[in-house]
Amino acid sequence: MIANIPYVAVAVLIIIGLYTVIFRKNLIKMLIGITIIQSGVNLFLVSLGYREGGIAPIFTSVPNTDSAMMYPVPQALTLTSIVIGVAVLALMLSFIVHMYRHTKSLDVRQFGGDDQ
Amino acid sequence: MKGMSTIVKTTANISFPFILIYGLYLIAHGHLTPGGGFQGGAVVASGLVLMLVAYNTEWISKRIKESHLSIFESLGALSFVILAFLGIIFGTAFFSNFLVGTETLFGGIPLNGAADINTGGIIPLMNFAVGLKVIAGLFAIVYIMAHFISKKEEKIA
Amino acid sequence: MNKRNLIAFAFLTVVGVFLIFSTFMMHPFGDPNEQAMDQYIIDNTVDETGANNGVTAVVFDYRGFDTLGEATVLFTAVAGVILVFRRLKK
Repeated sequence: MIANIPYVAVAVLIIIGLYTVIFRKNLIKMLIGITIIQSGVNLFLVSLGYREGGIAPIFTSVPNTDSAMMYPVPQALTLTSIVIGVAVLALMLSFIVHMYRHTKSLDVRQFGGDDQ
Repeated sequence: MKGMSTIVKTTANISFPFILIYGLYLIAHGHLTPGGGFQGGAVVASGLVLMLVAYNTEWISKRIKESHLSIFESLGALSFVILAFLGIIFGTAFFSNFLVGTETLFGGIPLNGAADINTGGIIPLMNFAVGLKVIAGLFAIVYIMAHFISKKEEKIA
Repeated sequence: MNKRNLIAFAFLTVVGVFLIFSTFMMHPFGDPNEQAMDQYIIDNTVDETGANNGVTAVVFDYRGFDTLGEATVLFTAVAGVILVFRRLKK
């Protein structure tokens, strides 16, 4: 169990992010919670290809030992995921600025619903 | 947005060329060392944002207009798609690497670990296209938001 | 605690227990199963693509379609931001 610490860290990050999105009423705090969930998912993706005692998948001046190389495909998919996270964050921020200019408050309870 | 004091302006002046060269090195050597188009583009965009924060927005907006950024980003995206289509004409399929093993630009196969920059096929060309696109895109997002804030400030004050 | 907070807390507890319980069932960290696709990519990168970097060869040559989709997403995000702030300038 002690060797599975990256996966436990991913679970803790996702729980913290979900708590912030559900229980906070400020728009900027919900945005930070979504970013924390994205960080947890990226960490999970990149730690799937680790091989113990391995070297990076670069062939320039590779040392002459018989150590195995790590898998390059999960690292490539994590790169795409990070860039998509940045794009979604920029779009959400611009919508928050637009909403603040019209209604002058950052509370999420003013939008719709019949209870509180 | 207002600028900052003289010490910050001098430090940004000194460190901006080094950040630019480091980012362009990461983009150009993407097929030999860790790096590539996206990583180098993010570094250069951070250097440009450093200049935007140190000086006020009007100083930057006299030199870089919004239409220039649009042209750069469209050029990068278009050349990426054209390189993919050239794989059908010169090679076998969409996105095929048609420059490996030939005697022209960037052909060459490294042997026994060491390699020079003349290898890689169409991967260095794709690195340049994606790097240009990421630089223009990430800097345009920050520049538009800073422009909007400075317009709002001079309407209130 | 009113009714909405109670339901949300129960949902969060169920998801949290499920996530932590499933980290005990994953394969141990650092010892994955044998992957045939990654082994083929490691063995044949230098001959087929001529690049010395395994990750760049995967991103731009073996999986070029994903990079095309990601470039489209970045372009759409920048276009969306410019669109939102253009109407507010006047």
